[in-house]
Amino acid sequence: MKTLQKIGLLLFVVGLTQFTALTLMGEFEMKSQHFEQLAEKHGIRSSVFILKSKEVFYRSRYLQLSDLTKGVENLVQLSNDHYRAAAREPNLSKEAKRAAYQKIIYANPKELALDLARLSSVGWVKEHPNLFWWLSFGLGIIGALFFILPAAWNTVGAAEKNNKIYQTSATARGWVAWLVFAYLVGFYLLLYFAPQYSHHWTLILDPISEALNGGPASRWFVYGFMYCVVMLVMALRMYIKYRHNAYQLLRTSSVLFFQIVFAFLIPEIMTRLQLPATDFKNAFPLDYDFFFSWNLKNLISSGGLGLFILVWGIVLTLVVVPVMVYFFGKRWYCSWVCGCGGLAETLGDPYRQHSSKSLFSWRVERWLVHGVLLFALVMTAATLYSYFTGASSLWGLKTQSIQNTYSFLIGAVFAGVIGTGFYPIFGNRVWCRFGCPLAAYLGFVQRFKSRFRITTNGGQCISCGNCSTYCEMGIDVRAYAQKGENIVRSSCVGCGICADVCPRGVLKLEQGPEKGRINPTEILLGNDVSLLNLLNQKK
Amino acid sequence: MKQIVIIGNGIAGITAARHIRKQSDFKILVISSESAHFYSRTALMYVYMGHMKLEHTKPYEDWFWKKNRIDLLQDRVLAIDPDHKSLTLENHPPLSYDSLIIATGSTPQFYGWPGQELRGVQGLYSQQDLASLEQYAPHAKQCKRAVVVGGGLIGVELAEMLHSRHIPVTFLVRETHFWNGVLPQENAQLISKHILSKGIDLRTETSLQEIIGKDGKVTAVLTDQGETIPCNLVGVTTGVRPNIDFLKNSPLALDKGVLVNAYLETNLPDVYAIGDCAQQQEPMPGRRAIEAVWYTGRMMGETLAQTICGQRRPYRPGHWFNSAKFFDMEYQTYGAVPSARENTKEVSLFHWEHPDKALALSLAYHSQSEQFLGVNSFGMRLRHEMVDRWLSEEKSLSYVLAHWADANFDPEFYRSYHHEIIKAYTHKTGQQIQLQKKSWKRIFNLQSEKT
Repeated sequence: MKTLQKIGLLLFVVGLTQFTALTLMGEFEMKSQHFEQLAEKHGIRSSVFILKSKEVFYRSRYLQLSDLTKGVENLVQLSNDHYRAAAREPNLSKEAKRAAYQKIIYANPKELALDLARLSSVGWVKEHPNLFWWLSFGLGIIGALFFILPAAWNTVGAAEKNNKIYQTSATARGWVAWLVFAYLVGFYLLLYFAPQYSHHWTLILDPISEALNGGPASRWFVYGFMYCVVMLVMALRMYIKYRHNAYQLLRTSSVLFFQIVFAFLIPEIMTRLQLPATDFKNAFPLDYDFFFSWNLKNLISSGGLGLFILVWGIVLTLVVVPVMVYFFGKRWYCSWVCGCGGLAETLGDPYRQHSSKSLFSWRVERWLVHGVLLFALVMTAATLYSYFTGASSLWGLKTQSIQNTYSFLIGAVFAGVIGTGFYPIFGNRVWCRFGCPLAAYLGFVQRFKSRFRITTNGGQCISCGNCSTYCEMGIDVRAYAQKGENIVRSSCVGCGICADVCPRGVLKLEQGPEKGRINPTEILLGNDVSLLNLLNQKK
Repeated sequence: MKQIVIIGNGIAGITAARHIRKQSDFKILVISSESAHFYSRTALMYVYMGHMKLEHTKPYEDWFWKKNRIDLLQDRVLAIDPDHKSLTLENHPPLSYDSLIIATGSTPQFYGWPGQELRGVQGLYSQQDLASLEQYAPHAKQCKRAVVVGGGLIGVELAEMLHSRHIPVTFLVRETHFWNGVLPQENAQLISKHILSKGIDLRTETSLQEIIGKDGKVTAVLTDQGETIPCNLVGVTTGVRPNIDFLKNSPLALDKGVLVNAYLETNLPDVYAIGDCAQQQEPMPGRRAIEAVWYTGRMMGETLAQTICGQRRPYRPGHWFNSAKFFDMEYQTYGAVPSARENTKEVSLFHWEHPDKALALSLAYHSQSEQFLGVNSFGMRLRHEMVDRWLSEEKSLSYVLAHWADANFDPEFYRSYHHEIIKAYTHKTGQQIQLQKKSWKRIFNLQSEKT
């Protein structure tokens, strides 16, 4: 058993190393048709871009990725300088000026570098994408399975599943945790801000991408594919760890299904069918760019299905989400459907104990998460205002810059780099707890108008603290349970782990009548009945 | 302002302090020699097993005490002087009190075995015990085998703890089955089976004779069966006794514990005792004089706070309840279920046990009237409020079984065994029972009455 796991760990590390090395490997051979293809794909009308490419890449054989990126940046700069200067020529006609302006390149040079790298890549990886897929993804998956699956055959019982968590470097913020933290943060930074390094990842996923959507793999395809693979592998771990708990098994299957089918397969297949691709379960304002004008225009122009997606998106947020939260609590979304929640509940499960339970963190949480919701709403208001009036700014703020700021700060840095990168240090729900505007919205409904609660079982709590320790949302569950009080909190995502780790059967997630849902008590059940009545009435 | 001094920062003392603060502006001081802050003793095992860190066992953040003006002092009380209403401390000048609450809890019971003073012989009660366990049984390399003596709840917890570090455990239990002084034989057998299934070397009807050591350190134990078992740790879990040695020379009336009346008052004015260390002079019918469990400590604290704050009240707890966990098997009990030892004709038992899973139920009822008297549940969670209400309303066993779904507290989607249980009952008694669907109305009826 131990040996199998050690082999698994070794294979996983080899796979991960290969995966990482892919970002730095490779040589590139520039050909003029690459620049033509690039210009066509990105709608670049600049002829300077094509003409000067030979000059910029004159020593064009077998250069490195960093040189390639610098080259593309230079090229864009050269071209843009040229047309900006041209547009400023005093004697130019309006048409000529406009023509010059239209040749300015707005595409992100790093995205161009990614595509150029894909086109011009020569060597082993390009020639053997499947081999390198197996050496990276394949070994990683097989290694992880070797590491995870043996646990299914040992006799560890329900009570033992959290043994050694605080005595293991990886799960107790030891050096392994910090390494994982650095790797995850690095991965997200690269994905968002240095995409050119992902060229080999896209190349080795091209066969799968082509099979699914009929086109080559983008870096977002890489991310979506990895997301599914990681969730799938870590869901197996969940199935083994919580095999005694039917709620956890169902919930894990549910998030897995919604990720793989709704977030990944359906959009890919829609792309193949040349329909507007959408993740039907992704609700605004988590789906913050739903009302961005490019999306609205795209949906409205793509016929019946586009309109359906538009209407569904609005109905989802305004009707489906709150009604479901009324009946089932926000868990139906956050820990049964959502992709962010899905990753948190699979990849993030080993780290759930790191969420801070302090009152201070709760204060920060309320300001932050509601602040982000407000930000999302203001941004959307500005977006819609601009969409309908054509004005580019609202109250002196440029809609475009509000959107850019949100996309960068919230969409990329908060949700990605911090939200997932910080798993090993701050727990698996940093984004859901502090940042997700949809969670904030659902939280209002859950707190003030819902049938959901975690019932505290009379006077049975022994204040041990397992519930609080393993609450991924940082709720001090024990503070309620030891007072005999039900837990009704806007942040609770209903993962059900508090009820699972409770050694005394004190907690139960359930839906019931709203009356009596919030039940502050002075004295716990089990004591003198007359005293109980006296004090609890006084309250 | 009246000065309340509480000796002991366990659940009893801290509950009293909290409730006194809720109702008064008295000055409150809590003294403990064990720890700077209140922590949950019941969670010590989870620290050793790595589920938590010691800081997680603290139910309140450290700022809580200052905010609620509950002063804390880490020191040992050496003696009390009721004439001058003052206390002598080990490391601080004497203190005076207006009201004194003794809530010093328990200490592991040692029975004077030869060799019990050796290093590596210990109980499991305090943070100091936990530190000692880390020292003598950190892993299987250093501790080749551990012997746990005494078949109670702490014994099985200690066995589970050591097992989690892959240390082989021999578990000596005097009775024929684990804990049959408290449980019916069927339940005791079930637990014994579960303990054995975990690979614990459970030896029933075996007592400790002598602890053998070398260089002041334990090396083996000798059992009353004449067997010598080599080991590096001896866990003594043969019960606890009130931690009152420091009061021996005081005028306080003591027996096993500090003797108190129904109002938790001692023989001295303004001195009270609560929790594990208190011994009721006249316990309520069906209850023991000393009940060393978490819940009773808390309830005494809740009650005494009323008295201290001017509404003198007797300690009159409601229906007995308790819970524990034996490795993977959760246990809850409500009401009175007779143990194997106290078998009477007046009380009958209905048992149900799953053929292969660790699930069981024992319901006690009055033989003649069929009144439901109590339940032991293993591996299935029950709703405290529902069962408590059935007991108060003196429901019949057939009513209870018919409404069993109301009491189910298992997590959602868990398989329920209501039908199997009722079938078994019909099989045993010939009585047909129609299982009712779970009703929020019935469950909530009780809550609307309560509030």
